[in-house]
Amino acid sequence: MTKVTLTVNGRTMSGECEDRMLLVHFIREKLALTGTHVGCDTTQCGACVIHMDGRSVKSCSILAVQANGSAITTIEGLSAQGELHPVQAAFKEHHGLQCGFCTPGMVMTAVDMINRRGGSLTEEVVRSELEGNICRCTGYHNIVKAVLAADAEMAAGRQAAE
Amino acid sequence: MGVEGIGARVARKEDKRFLTGKGRYTDDMVVPGMKYACFVRSPHAHAKIRSIDVSAAKAMPGVIDVLDGKQLQADGIGNLICGWMVHSKDGSPMKMGAWRPLAHETVRYVGDAIAIVVADSSGEARDAAEAVEIDYEELPAVTEALSALEGGAPQLHPEAPGNLIFDWQIGDPEATDRAIASAAHVTEIELVNNRLSPNPMEPRATLGIYDEAEDHYTCYTTSQNPHVARLVMSAFYNVAPENKLRVIAPDVGGGFGSKIYIYPEEIVCLWASRKTGVPVKWTSDRTEAFLTDAHGRDHVSKVKMAFDADNRVIALKVDTVANLGAYMSLFSSAVPTYLYATLLSGQYAIPAIHANVRTVYTNTVPVDAYRGAGRPEATYLLERTMETAARELGVSPAELRRKNFIRTFPYQTPVIMNYDAGDYEASLDAAMQAADWAGFDSRRASAAARGKKRGIGMSCYIEACGIAPSAAVGSLGAGVGLWESAEVRVNAVGTIEVLTGSHSHGQGHETTFAQLVAGRLGVPIDSINIVHGDTDKVQMGMGTYGSRSGAVGMSAVVKALDKVEAKAKKIAAHLMEADEQDIVIENGELKIAGTDKTVPWFQVALAAYTAHNLPVGMEPGLKETAFYDPSNFTFPAGCYIAEVEVDPETGKTEIVQFVAADDFGNIINPMIVEGQVHGGLAQGIGQALLENVHYDPDTGQLLTASFMDYAMPRADDLPSFTLSHQNTPCPGNPLGIKGCGEAGAIGSPPALINAITDAIGHNRLTMPATPMKVWQALQPAL
Amino acid sequence: MYATSYHRASSVEDAVRLRGTSDESKYLSGGMTLISTMKQRLASPSDLIDLRHIPGLKGVSVEGRRVTIGAGTPHAEVATSQAIRAVCPAICNLAGHIGDPHVRHMGTIGGSIANNDPAADYPAGLLGLGATVVTDRRSIVADDFFTGLFETALEEGEIVTAVTFEAPEKAGYAKFNNPASRFAMTGVFVAKTAGGVRVAVTGAGSDGVFRHPGFEQALQSNWSPDALVSIAVDASGMMADMHADADYRANLVKVMAKRAVLAAA
Repeated sequence: MTKVTLTVNGRTMSGECEDRMLLVHFIREKLALTGTHVGCDTTQCGACVIHMDGRSVKSCSILAVQANGSAITTIEGLSAQGELHPVQAAFKEHHGLQCGFCTPGMVMTAVDMINRRGGSLTEEVVRSELEGNICRCTGYHNIVKAVLAADAEMAAGRQAAE
Repeated sequence: MGVEGIGARVARKEDKRFLTGKGRYTDDMVVPGMKYACFVRSPHAHAKIRSIDVSAAKAMPGVIDVLDGKQLQADGIGNLICGWMVHSKDGSPMKMGAWRPLAHETVRYVGDAIAIVVADSSGEARDAAEAVEIDYEELPAVTEALSALEGGAPQLHPEAPGNLIFDWQIGDPEATDRAIASAAHVTEIELVNNRLSPNPMEPRATLGIYDEAEDHYTCYTTSQNPHVARLVMSAFYNVAPENKLRVIAPDVGGGFGSKIYIYPEEIVCLWASRKTGVPVKWTSDRTEAFLTDAHGRDHVSKVKMAFDADNRVIALKVDTVANLGAYMSLFSSAVPTYLYATLLSGQYAIPAIHANVRTVYTNTVPVDAYRGAGRPEATYLLERTMETAARELGVSPAELRRKNFIRTFPYQTPVIMNYDAGDYEASLDAAMQAADWAGFDSRRASAAARGKKRGIGMSCYIEACGIAPSAAVGSLGAGVGLWESAEVRVNAVGTIEVLTGSHSHGQGHETTFAQLVAGRLGVPIDSINIVHGDTDKVQMGMGTYGSRSGAVGMSAVVKALDKVEAKAKKIAAHLMEADEQDIVIENGELKIAGTDKTVPWFQVALAAYTAHNLPVGMEPGLKETAFYDPSNFTFPAGCYIAEVEVDPETGKTEIVQFVAADDFGNIINPMIVEGQVHGGLAQGIGQALLENVHYDPDTGQLLTASFMDYAMPRADDLPSFTLSHQNTPCPGNPLGIKGCGEAGAIGSPPALINAITDAIGHNRLTMPATPMKVWQALQPAL
Repeated sequence: MYATSYHRASSVEDAVRLRGTSDESKYLSGGMTLISTMKQRLASPSDLIDLRHIPGLKGVSVEGRRVTIGAGTPHAEVATSQAIRAVCPAICNLAGHIGDPHVRHMGTIGGSIANNDPAADYPAGLLGLGATVVTDRRSIVADDFFTGLFETALEEGEIVTAVTFEAPEKAGYAKFNNPASRFAMTGVFVAKTAGGVRVAVTGAGSDGVFRHPGFEQALQSNWSPDALVSIAVDASGMMADMHADADYRANLVKVMAKRAVLAAA
């Protein structure tokens, strides 16, 4: 067993685990943050996407010990209690989710996408950037709409702040 | 229409928990002392088990116990069943082979469960599962239905000689043959409906908890119908009597049919919890899901469609062979019969129809209902045939369809169904206009100038939803009734809980059901909670599948609300010293019509519970239950148009536009309905272009056992969709609604294939139309 | 996943030392292939030596037209490097289409080429560019580095530290994705280098990444997609699977080669 210490959603958290434990299982089972999901075995579906040191990663393909010392943001830490991040609000407004299982990964992906390419997103870019996230419910139509709406809203927010 | 009532685009009440990571799915459940299960599964498609040795596995670190099928049988756990009896045309009942939850004599598909390991961690459970030693005598395997029917094919079950489960027919064979003989033109085609894996993003999971002190079981499970699960596990599998078994389906991450069925894992984990004395959790991984979740479709059909000299369809003859896999899953017999052949009239007035369906065992995972369930197969068959006929007859596909549309309702088809309402031309016109069908030729020309082959195709579908009248399905062999229940509980301060037997796993019932109540009573939607998915809370229900929750489940809520309103009016009339006939309910108040005298809703509720001042003889409380059994199926219908560009160099198809025009009757929440259509379209497009379950025909190994090989539709495979709704309200239920969950998956595959065959200039193409297959179809014939 | 022991290396020397303590140990870089493979129990290293925290292995440098990419540099960094894009946009475009955004944040160039998956993109890029692979012991030219399916010239314990190449006059990459996995079902990298035209093909050959001399000669005399039209691609050496048979892959090799030349223009 190895002790793994992470900064998760701004708080330092530790747990003991086998070296073979995946980061996603560490987050779900040791830290009891079950918003991050597992939907495949082959690094494809993206239900497990979190941010590690500020970048989106698939937590199902990283060992918890690999992440030791990292800063992690999960879906639970994206917004303050009782509030929604603009991306979360846009998913609700545009019905970008149905069963909700892929949703945490989709939202974390969208936030990362806007962090990297915000203000320049088009439908084509969003669809291409979603290559690593599979949704079986929505046909992606409303997810694309939600990401574009959130991007526009956040760009307007940045402009207003300037 | 209020801002929160029926017809309003209300954002979903359930979204916040999903968006903030607070959804509660089965695999999120943790209980004290919980241990992890791993199933030992057959690596062979067909084999006899000579021996099972668990001694090494039991000695592995962390292992609590390893249990096998002999122990399960000794404890009296029964076989898995198919709940719908179908008889062959000779009158004999279907031939159901035994399906043991844990096989101990014969395994019949790769993934067949043999033993369960319970251990401290999932890793240790899997380590030990690999250490279970099984001595197999391998047998030859067969995976394709037509091959399984051949003489000399490997035989799966002694109960079913020749692997034939039943040989069933519907319609009038003689009248059909006579009409074909007299026809001016007969279109003949052979079609394969490809086998699919449902792949909800949440893999199946279950947590079995046995409480020795109470002799009581709790089963958390990823189910679309927890009450049916309890009923079947209790009545047939002998897990526990109903009063000793609580089934909870919490948040469920999609189902699409695959989570209707009761699988071996739920049963075995409950039993294992009793055997080991610890709660046992099992979570499928994706490869296990491919291996063990019921698949969908897998038909091979021969079709003859006969026309008179005026291009009217005078007969349809269909011969279908359906692959049901290694065992008969819960509703497997109904899918290629009563959910398929009864829809073969489509939107068309066809005087004579005959369909023959043979169902077959193969060494593959069981096949059962998957989004659309039988209706996509019927629609694909009819709409490809209709398109082919139009090309052969040299008439426009739209005009050929238009000429044959049913125009008067009710309409009795020759294959059981009685269509209650529809306006097929309205959807056809709307779709053609939205797609600018008339402007296609110029778009094709400009595509050709860019080196692309452009094609356009349509599909006019009908489906039967809201299943269905209990007496009718009972007469056709169903083992259960298909009504729904509802309970409306008004609390003392006027807030409301609605308990429903429908189950939401993405459909948004917590919003739409609340909209119904908010609209009726004029109370805030936030004062209404929808309760579902727990057999300890909701007394009984039939669950969610077949687009039935709106038409059947919400109708039950309407009936319960009628009773609640009637009692509330009596109380209000008593409080205001008025006649109850004069009381109306508006904006959260009960009012004497034509006056400004009102009593607020919460006050009526309070009066019902304080019971200080109720009409003489009235029982206190305000809570009513209703069971709703529909009088007929509902019949959503519509027209879909796909326009594609094929890259002749690579064979890759790009969908340049996809138009859907649907008649779902009245709509509760357009935003949610559109979402259902989008998702259905994606699955239909997936079937047409990407998805295919592929077993190695020689070894029976599943070659598409992960997303590395099974092509799931991704965002860049799909376009944005253009939707519209037409409305002929359903006369059969109080809300006039038909159901929208499956239409997209039903109507889209033939529209796409018709578009691609239009683009490539010939009809020799099977689903999925992968780049390689389309490229091959474009090469000069050798 | 089978049990394993994890070690975080602080330097290349430290990594080599750790690796030497067990025959069954493996280096771990981004882990985008290795962890997946271990999850499926198709690989079972006793020990994992994590190279991701070795400072010297990361980063990009461009001096004149000489591009050097540290082995631990993630794909996303190569894809968005303005310095590389200024001299060789083709390799940025190639890196920007490996896997998906999340995979590009973790996966590294060193890990990719050391694994030499027959459907990976970087092997085609490096072979097409005539790049040199630098290890802790030597330099290996790409023509000698990729030796077969999942096989390289790397010796036991040898660590890739960097990849370096002279930016070509022109280069382009075109790939056709496997519809399921999104790996290259065929990817072709073309480059007009000081030493002549080079064409490298990934995803198609049954022996892994390969050069296509016929295409190279044709493009050498006429740098145009049209130059490739009449040249046959032999299907006999092509991979075949349920998504693409050998004839279809042979077709894709030619089509992607033409599109790579177009992309390079």
